[in-house]
Amino acid sequence: MIKVLLFAHLKEQAGRSEMDINCEKMTVAELRQALAEKGILQQDAVMVAVNEEFARDEEMVHSGDTVALIPPVSGG
Amino acid sequence: MFEIVKEPVDVSKLIQAVADRNAGAIVTFIGTVREMTKGKKTLYLEYEAYEPMARKKLEQIGAEIRQQFPEAKTAIVHRTGRLGISDIAVAIAVSAPHRDEAYRANRYAIERIKEMVPIWKKEHWENGEMWVGNQKETVFYESGAPEAFER
Repeated sequence: MIKVLLFAHLKEQAGRSEMDINCEKMTVAELRQALAEKGILQQDAVMVAVNEEFARDEEMVHSGDTVALIPPVSGG
Repeated sequence: MFEIVKEPVDVSKLIQAVADRNAGAIVTFIGTVREMTKGKKTLYLEYEAYEPMARKKLEQIGAEIRQQFPEAKTAIVHRTGRLGISDIAVAIAVSAPHRDEAYRANRYAIERIKEMVPIWKKEHWENGEMWVGNQKETVFYESGAPEAFER
């Protein structure tokens, strides 16, 4: 199982701060698609972090990993 | 000292954290909550962070500064939660032997925070609220039913 954390507007739109994806392994791009099918549609400009490090679409995500969707940041 | 905190930021602690016998300068940057932005009145802000990653990224900024300015020492604290007008959202202190490095390193730190540290700001106005989507503050994400922001 892959745990996915949601923040900011993505969290509000989904109405929750995390979701689980049942899969042994998949690429970040496949994970994005799986999330889109679960209703996380606004992924433009959203970065993906795997285990607290930014990851590219071709990188692999494994069961047990924690993924975070990172919308454009606005700290400071 | 690289922290995400929920309490008010104590700038003197950051200054103490970077104080050094070989420092000839300590530059501090204090980011505060502004009331008026392009004619719109902010009531308060809400900051949310992906805390463990945000802390790591602040540490990474400290490491990047050490590479460029080996003698500089950096401390960064960002606050989350609800902040009122004039509250401190972020404070950065950098010490270095000379003021030029201290100023440049401090500027570098705030620009990097705005680029890649997972922290988000939600604006609350009198007539709506929106997550701010980028640093030019030209992209907003609707939540609830706020009016469209003038772009």
